Amino acid sequence: MKARHKRIALIVGGLAVLGIAATLVLNAFQSNLVFFFSPTQVAAGEAPKGKNFRIGGMVKEGSIAREADGVTMRFVVTDTDKEMVVNYKGILPDLFKEGKGVVAQGKLGEDGLFTANEVLAKHDENYMPPEAAKAVGDAHERAAANKAAAEAASHTLKQ
Amino acid sequence: MNNRLINWFKYASPQSFYPLAGKMIPWFWALAAVFGVAGLYIGFLVAPTDAQQGEGYRIIFLHVPASWMSMFIYLVMAGWAALGLAYNTRLSGMMAQALAPTGALFAFLSLWTGALWGKPMWGAWWVWDARLTSELILLFLYIGFIALQSAIDDPRRADKAGAILALVGVVNIPIIYFSVKWWNTLHQGASVSLTKAPSMAQTMLWGMLLCALACWMYSIAVALMRARSIMLERERHTEWVRALLGGKSANQE
Repeated sequence: MKARHKRIALIVGGLAVLGIAATLVLNAFQSNLVFFFSPTQVAAGEAPKGKNFRIGGMVKEGSIAREADGVTMRFVVTDTDKEMVVNYKGILPDLFKEGKGVVAQGKLGEDGLFTANEVLAKHDENYMPPEAAKAVGDAHERAAANKAAAEAASHTLKQ
Repeated sequence: MNNRLINWFKYASPQSFYPLAGKMIPWFWALAAVFGVAGLYIGFLVAPTDAQQGEGYRIIFLHVPASWMSMFIYLVMAGWAALGLAYNTRLSGMMAQALAPTGALFAFLSLWTGALWGKPMWGAWWVWDARLTSELILLFLYIGFIALQSAIDDPRRADKAGAILALVGVVNIPIIYFSVKWWNTLHQGASVSLTKAPSMAQTMLWGMLLCALACWMYSIAVALMRARSIMLERERHTEWVRALLGGKSANQE
């Protein structure tokens, strides 16, 4: 074995050991590396209790409401399985919309109400012109309508 | 040794690489300008508005190429560093040293444009999510590499120390790239990747790829220019540099 080969082996070996070490460390810290918890995780008791943490999910359609004081917002965050009611007093980002992603930081009260002190919008990785977005939305609606119609049909067939 | 290997090693010596780099630099600058103009033209004048983010998304034409470059340049730098450690070639250390400032610049640009983008869209300049934090660590790795290299006077020892730091930092690159897949992050997933069809309108994608190509060409041109000055500085006591500089000053007289 030449000295050069020894050095190459050393570099490759070093990188491999480093890679394995990094994998192990990241695995160990897995739960600390998440930016937010989903409502399902919160329901399962995975979120820290009595401390600030973030929840993430979709803003439920038709759930955004303003409280009587005129500045507090109330909305529901859902991951399509479990839901959480969030209270927030402050400025909402432009992309905050029903049916869109959201990350809220705050505390979970005894009553299950999540009081947020910061609300961030989370957008997806799709970029398309408005016309294309509308076409996709329409197609989804058509698909949903078709599915509903098919289900209704199968119901009547069974009866 | 066959002929091909000898040719490779010929250009590994600064003496023959110096004029070659000098010949290539104008071409890379020209390509950078062409791709840059085309990319920005498509990005700002042809590409449609985004349905979700309106005109604000157009910062993507700088943000994504800068982020790609910051990661890719690091890999190339670490590759040169490994070659230098293994083969003791003089050129490797010079190339690694020449690439570091450009990589740092792109890492900084990526973070900066990301902050400018995050404020209006997410509602925050900065969040400590896995993607943003690992990119910040990349910037620190670049700065650390530059600082370590310039803190040691003997170039060969500086190269060696820098190379080890660069190789250790390589671990961070897959973490940056896959962070949005492995963990919950505020940063969205990749729009363009090798494993799936891009989730972008065609013209947007073209604008972004052209801008990325422009950044590639710019990086190569600038790194070669920097490598040339490093060569002159490090090899100033050698015959070929003396002949080169002597010839030049004789011409000027």
